[in-house]
Amino acid sequence: MTIKGKAYIAGIYEHPTRHAPDKSTAQLHAEVAKGAIEDAGLTKADIDGYFCAGDAPGGVMNMVDYLGLKVRHLDSTDTGGCSYLIHLGHAAEAIAAGKCSIALITLAGKPRTGPMPPRAAGAEADFETAYGATTHNAYGMCAMRHMHDYGTTSEQLAWIKVAASHHAQYNPHAMLKDVVTVEDVLNSPMISDPLHRMDCCVVTDGGGALIVTTPEIAKSLKKPLVRLIGHGESTKGPRGGKDLDLTHSAGLWSGPRAFEEAGVTPKDIKYASIYDSFTITVLMQIEDLGFCKKGEGGKFVADGNLISGVGKLPFNTDGGGLCSNHPVNRGGMTKIIEAVRQLRGEAHPKVQVKNCDLAIAHGTGGLLGVRHAASTCILERA
Amino acid sequence: MMAEAKKYPAPLTNPETALFWEAAKQGKFMIKRCTDCGEPHYFPRSICPFCFSDKTVWEEASGDATIYTFSLMRKSATGPYAIAYVTLKEGPSLQTNIVDCDMDKLRIGQKVKVVFKPTDGAPLPFFTPV
Repeated sequence: MTIKGKAYIAGIYEHPTRHAPDKSTAQLHAEVAKGAIEDAGLTKADIDGYFCAGDAPGGVMNMVDYLGLKVRHLDSTDTGGCSYLIHLGHAAEAIAAGKCSIALITLAGKPRTGPMPPRAAGAEADFETAYGATTHNAYGMCAMRHMHDYGTTSEQLAWIKVAASHHAQYNPHAMLKDVVTVEDVLNSPMISDPLHRMDCCVVTDGGGALIVTTPEIAKSLKKPLVRLIGHGESTKGPRGGKDLDLTHSAGLWSGPRAFEEAGVTPKDIKYASIYDSFTITVLMQIEDLGFCKKGEGGKFVADGNLISGVGKLPFNTDGGGLCSNHPVNRGGMTKIIEAVRQLRGEAHPKVQVKNCDLAIAHGTGGLLGVRHAASTCILERA
Repeated sequence: MMAEAKKYPAPLTNPETALFWEAAKQGKFMIKRCTDCGEPHYFPRSICPFCFSDKTVWEEASGDATIYTFSLMRKSATGPYAIAYVTLKEGPSLQTNIVDCDMDKLRIGQKVKVVFKPTDGAPLPFFTPV
């Protein structure tokens, strides 16, 4: 049993806003849903499966009611920023099993202009909460250890931001459109050692949505065909404190599962959407996914290897979370959307990868240095 | 960079972890060990996270550890602080803050020891350079 080729992404929509003081979170979900349904050339009545995560006000039942959906399949898996990559895999499973035929996945929220949904506390709360793990320092601890073990430098990490900024200059919706240099990154204020402000992603209001459907329905619609051919998901945490290693992520397990199902290797990938909550997130992911050996990520990203048209692995050609958009502090949705744009040939001409027929969308969610999940999707132009 | 004295939240505690917090009031730092597979773990669980045996017992740890990694949070509502993972002499690694020190001089591999800080309930374990 496999999901290879059983589900197509027929609709995508990224909200153009980055600042939405006059909208509600539920409204943003509705707007991105409408955008993706229209992109696919469908109507709301066609939707028979719905997927959302912790950013959806009230959860899946309340959202289905608010949106006025009538569905026969629901999934509210929440793994932070990679939830939507997992939803894509789960939607493909549901479609392959006949549980639904047209699935809607939404993400939206407004961290700049409203309260964030609370983070749920687990059994560890009494033993960890007081120590103040945040996104910044939880990723900072990974970067610190990676530098210690492999000699990775702040200059190398800075190249990841530089590459993202080269792409963002062509995205009219990007929050940060200026091209930056390694020096700019190193001269930005230290937030949580060794991560500087420019090692961190943007905070944006907004959202995005996907329509996932059967091969037959996708072929009856007008958009270029993009299908999911491999998916993997996994989690990683301190697990009782044994053999702690913060230099690798759960991508070490989600990646190979996705590549195996797809029947391709990292060398075959033409475009990569890699979740970039921080520069270190990208560095660890490209190692864990096998684009280079563990510890050689720094060397790989230096000198612009992630820049489209220049390097070996064009990544995040919309400017990514580092420069363009990071709605609700959850980057998985926009990773899928830009990969689909690349496979459709709809990326900005300055960053469009030539003959882009195979792409990866990968992300982590939660706190990389504490407990996190990872999900990998391999997408193909059909 | 030195941090100001900070107010920490009191642990809520629960039946599974109550002994840890009672021992903390006596200045003892406890871990759990599985008597079936022999592995120690932290934070304490009633069922071993490695072999899933329910034969776990409390054990007082030395409180000696080394810094596995750390990051200095330069700004926060309560001032700068050093979050870290330390690896106990007994084996398990755990999340903590390194306190009562010059945070700019911290390094991976540095030896630290447990120190308890008061709350409105049971005291919380932190680590400080030896």
